[in-house]
Amino acid sequence: MSSNASKAFKNPVVNWIEYRLPIFSFVDNSLGSQYPTPKNLNYFWNFGSLAGITLGIMIVSGIVLAMHYTAHVDHAFDSVERIMRDVNYGWLIRYIHMNGASMFFIVIYIHMFRGLYYGSYHAPREILWMLGVLILLAMMATAFMGYVLPWGQMSFWGATVITNLFSAIPIVGDDIVTLLWGGFSVDNPTLSRFFSLHYLMPFVIVGLVVLHIWALHVHGSNNPIGIDAKTDQDTIGFHPYYTAKDLFGFGAFMTFFMFFVFFAPNFFGEPDNYIEADSLVTPAHIVPEWYFLPFYAILRAFTADFFLYAFTPISWIMSAKLAGVLAMFASILLLLGMPWLDGSKVKSSQFRPLFRMFYWLFFVNCIVLGIVGGKPAEGVWIYIGQATTTYYFAHLLFIVPLISRLERPAAPPDSISAAVTAKAKKVSLDRFNPAEPAMAPGE
Amino acid sequence: MAIKVKVFYAPLLAIFVISGAWITAFNVLAAGTAPQPPKQDWSFSGMFGTFDRPSTQRGLQVYREVCAGCHSLKQVDFRHLAGIGYSENQIKAFAAEADVVDGPNDEGEMFERPGIPADQLPNPYPNKKAAAASNNGKAPPDLSLMTKARFNGPDYVYALLTGYVDAPPELEVPDGGNYNTYYPGHIIAMANPLVDDGVEYQDGTKASIEQQARDVTTFLSWTAEPELEARKALGIKVLIFLIILTALLYRVKKVIWRDVQ
Repeated sequence: MSSNASKAFKNPVVNWIEYRLPIFSFVDNSLGSQYPTPKNLNYFWNFGSLAGITLGIMIVSGIVLAMHYTAHVDHAFDSVERIMRDVNYGWLIRYIHMNGASMFFIVIYIHMFRGLYYGSYHAPREILWMLGVLILLAMMATAFMGYVLPWGQMSFWGATVITNLFSAIPIVGDDIVTLLWGGFSVDNPTLSRFFSLHYLMPFVIVGLVVLHIWALHVHGSNNPIGIDAKTDQDTIGFHPYYTAKDLFGFGAFMTFFMFFVFFAPNFFGEPDNYIEADSLVTPAHIVPEWYFLPFYAILRAFTADFFLYAFTPISWIMSAKLAGVLAMFASILLLLGMPWLDGSKVKSSQFRPLFRMFYWLFFVNCIVLGIVGGKPAEGVWIYIGQATTTYYFAHLLFIVPLISRLERPAAPPDSISAAVTAKAKKVSLDRFNPAEPAMAPGE
Repeated sequence: MAIKVKVFYAPLLAIFVISGAWITAFNVLAAGTAPQPPKQDWSFSGMFGTFDRPSTQRGLQVYREVCAGCHSLKQVDFRHLAGIGYSENQIKAFAAEADVVDGPNDEGEMFERPGIPADQLPNPYPNKKAAAASNNGKAPPDLSLMTKARFNGPDYVYALLTGYVDAPPELEVPDGGNYNTYYPGHIIAMANPLVDDGVEYQDGTKASIEQQARDVTTFLSWTAEPELEARKALGIKVLIFLIILTALLYRVKKVIWRDVQ
């Protein structure tokens, strides 16, 4: 991406290499002092680098685990226990990998909600955002297949339930399920192919991440006030400012991560997965991992009497089961359309009070969906699940497009540096924003 | 300022709400029809917890004399017992008591030999089918991971072992079933395994039902998490290191950012 191969460095060895392979200026332009970054990024901008680091931790710990793991239905469960008991620091590596998956999703969800709040998907960052959604999808596939590998009860039954979803697809559904299973039930061929794909997918994610970062570097980071940098006044070099800030964030994140690894390693897990898979015993409650629960709730919301199904043309053309499956995938794929669903000229929610209100409603709605996903589908939970599912789609398909076209946002400040200076000097804020003083940038 | 505070703390608050709701949800799910097992004070809980050695060793005795008749511990080898304070010679002696089928030898024959430390603890049944056949069609579960395989595992195992009471008069207990307060659905195939003084402890501890249940639960918590002590000891060091490192990095960040307006 760098064209100035002739950049001079002090160290002659560095210079010799730089002349032939301009890797030093490449790093400097990507993560160094020559990458201009808005100076007003808050700590929510730490989560991108944290996600990259977590991906690295997952790949390294995963490669070590794969050296000791046996992908066979008769040995998988015991081989994981060998790792826990007999491999030197095997328990540490496995708990890092196990909790790392949860950490990865925590980081990614915060990263995405950050993007949604500050309108980071707006032009010219549409492709950047869409690549991010694809990364989420790839992560979900990876995590799902990874959870099958220890071959516990939840591994087996989770795999059975989720792969069975594809049977809802008309005509080819059953063939797809047979293909996924490599047979007529979840069995040894399923485990082997999931292991193979689980090892492959992280490198697909790495590829997507490279594209994601490439797209990021074209226009640089968005920022809390959502105005692009105009002059040098608005930016600072990535190094040392954001390398230092990201390192601090990394320390805080690792403290959080390692607390779970060492002191509550099974907090995010299911006790049932410490029972070896048994195709003859169904667990009382089959629950996916916590990071899938909101989507699981959307899947289950589509019952035959759900009004969104029963009273709409959807029920003329497909079964409720298929509608649920499509809704679950649509709930993620719809995010790809955010840059166009949201027609606002102003990016950041800081200047969009109405949008901001609905944003938080959407946020809470997602959490309630997650809670519903973890409950047995009975009683009042069914209705809460259907209401929150309805709101999820209503938000993305109607509320966001409408308010983004109806709401008149407050006027953002002239530039990033103006906003930062105003904040630093604690100048009366309504000078930027006479109409809506409460919404001024410094608040 | 108010909005900024909200922006920063809303996700944190949400995380607390989620985890709270989660724990409640799991507890409700776990409870099912059975009451919540009372919370016990375990030597191995908490950030500094370790397995009480005498209790763990007594628990091994309870396992060998009571549980091992039906339940396997297939993840545990004799050599692992070094982790609860047994010496090499004691482990060799334990292992030698077991008859292990090995082979085939050079003549192609299977043969029996005394156990060695590298052998698994003996399985009471030759295979799962035999275990099921001897127990009304349902094999007694392996106990290696039992305390990890249930919500609040140690509390649950203790409550179950001490939870045998007479069934309420309106409830008919089927043949081969036993009433237990804490078993989901209350009807459990396992008969009450513990009686007062059912084992004779070598260290003179009174072998009440509660004492045996406590000891065997401690032992089974060790079989489920043999790495627990090493994990917590290393964890303390790692956390102290990370907290100091993070504090220093915060300072570095502050100094570097001092001149940014």
